[in-house]
Amino acid sequence: MRKPITNRTPAWVNKFPWYAVYIIGLLPAMWVFYMAFSNQLGGNPVRTLEHTLGIWALRFIIIGLMVTPLRKLAGINLLRFRRAFGLIAFYYAALHFSVYAVLDQGLAMDRIINDIIKRPYIIAGMVAFVILIALAMTSNSFSIKKLGGKGWSRLHKLVYLAAASAALHFVLSVKSWPNEPLIYAGIIAVLLGYRLVDPIKKRMSHSAALS
Amino acid sequence: MPRFDCPAIAASEITPRHAYLNRRNFMAGAAGLIGGALAAPSLLSAAPLKAASSPFSTNEKPTDKQYATTYNNYYEFGTGKDDPAANAGSLTTSPWTVKVDGLVNNPADYQLEDFIKPSKLEDRVYRHRCVEAWSMVIPWVGFPLSDIIKRADPKASAKYVAFETLMRPEEMPGLKSFLPVLDWPYREGLRMDEAMNPLTILAVGMYGETLPNQNGAPLRLVVPWKYGFKGAKSIVRISFVDKEPPTAWNLQAPSEYGFYSNVNPERDHPRWSQATEQVIGGGLFSARKDTLMFNGYGEQVAGLYTGMDLQKYY
Repeated sequence: MRKPITNRTPAWVNKFPWYAVYIIGLLPAMWVFYMAFSNQLGGNPVRTLEHTLGIWALRFIIIGLMVTPLRKLAGINLLRFRRAFGLIAFYYAALHFSVYAVLDQGLAMDRIINDIIKRPYIIAGMVAFVILIALAMTSNSFSIKKLGGKGWSRLHKLVYLAAASAALHFVLSVKSWPNEPLIYAGIIAVLLGYRLVDPIKKRMSHSAALS
Repeated sequence: MPRFDCPAIAASEITPRHAYLNRRNFMAGAAGLIGGALAAPSLLSAAPLKAASSPFSTNEKPTDKQYATTYNNYYEFGTGKDDPAANAGSLTTSPWTVKVDGLVNNPADYQLEDFIKPSKLEDRVYRHRCVEAWSMVIPWVGFPLSDIIKRADPKASAKYVAFETLMRPEEMPGLKSFLPVLDWPYREGLRMDEAMNPLTILAVGMYGETLPNQNGAPLRLVVPWKYGFKGAKSIVRISFVDKEPPTAWNLQAPSEYGFYSNVNPERDHPRWSQATEQVIGGGLFSARKDTLMFNGYGEQVAGLYTGMDLQKYY
């Protein structure tokens, strides 16, 4: 059996109000919209706004995926904030998609639909977004009761697919292989890889204990 | 002194003209001034250029210079749009040598000044369409590439013109990236008739001044009916060859970037649409513009491609 995890969560983290996570998490959005509306985003403000919101969605997906390894490997428990992390990621994804649809494509539905059915990077982005919508809609206590703890957990494992799709969306949206999308994809690959390795390790230590 | 060299600049003029340059660049310019007339023209960043007007210019309103000099793709200085403006200040553009070689009767290594001197500079206000589906209107200052071709006197066997650009890692941080973004040095090429077309120019300036480093100083190619990446920057070598030369983006992703890379709204990039473009400097609420075949230069260049399947030769 593995050693039980010592709780090393700092006291201030335990006392940190959950609503403050939303406020801090949405500060970058407020900042970039302020910059956009005050004409300070340079020559291509639509793309900069779109890109910044997308990056923050990806960052909060990553933060959400770090909760479990942080608890299991470092004993720091942020479970209390995980719903906020996930919902903030969803808010950023929704803003990112809205800017794409409204400001970038000017709500030209033929173009948007064409993109969604034809362009792999947009398909990947949409897969991630649709999953985040489903997870956001079932992020309340009522849904947990309705779906049952097991069923709810299983549904919310879809976040792994959302994370992989979001990373792919970023990598496929650029020319050549610049570092930034690859770094995000690498971080997500490590965090998803952990989910693969952890149960194997658990099983191995379990069978070792039995023999 | 070459025609495009700057006259003495009054001290009172310096600050406003240099306001967009970074400090290092400014200091280099100031040092050049202190050094007096010995300073080479390209060291004096943004020296004014005298040029004649051209019937090939569009009368569309040029993109705000602030955007044309800060929203750039020049991957030798980094892949971010603001990287070139941030990092290109360290580029030394003087002295500068241009090698002309290959299948020509007059191969030579030119000092930049001598290379440019015989040509008459013209203002060419051109539409500029990036393969990433954005566009600008840029007032270039340059001269027809055909001037250079005539002087080089190509042999009958020369069918293409190849361009090689500067590869200097100590001044170009993008060349030191973890994974090489492109197979350096950056190379481009044109078919001889494309190179001879009067629209094709070598630019030495924009907005009435010498080129900023981030826009390809001191010498770059401009081919307005092709995607922007065909416009090789900071050119060090022009070779005349008998076969289609390898080009940087084509080597990187042959299915995405063809040798021709003519602006074509009907031939999408495999990953995104080329039907419309974002107009740089249009602001947050500007609508996308429909992209024109050959970027609107069909009248001058469509004849170059008669009988060619442009879906195949993209």
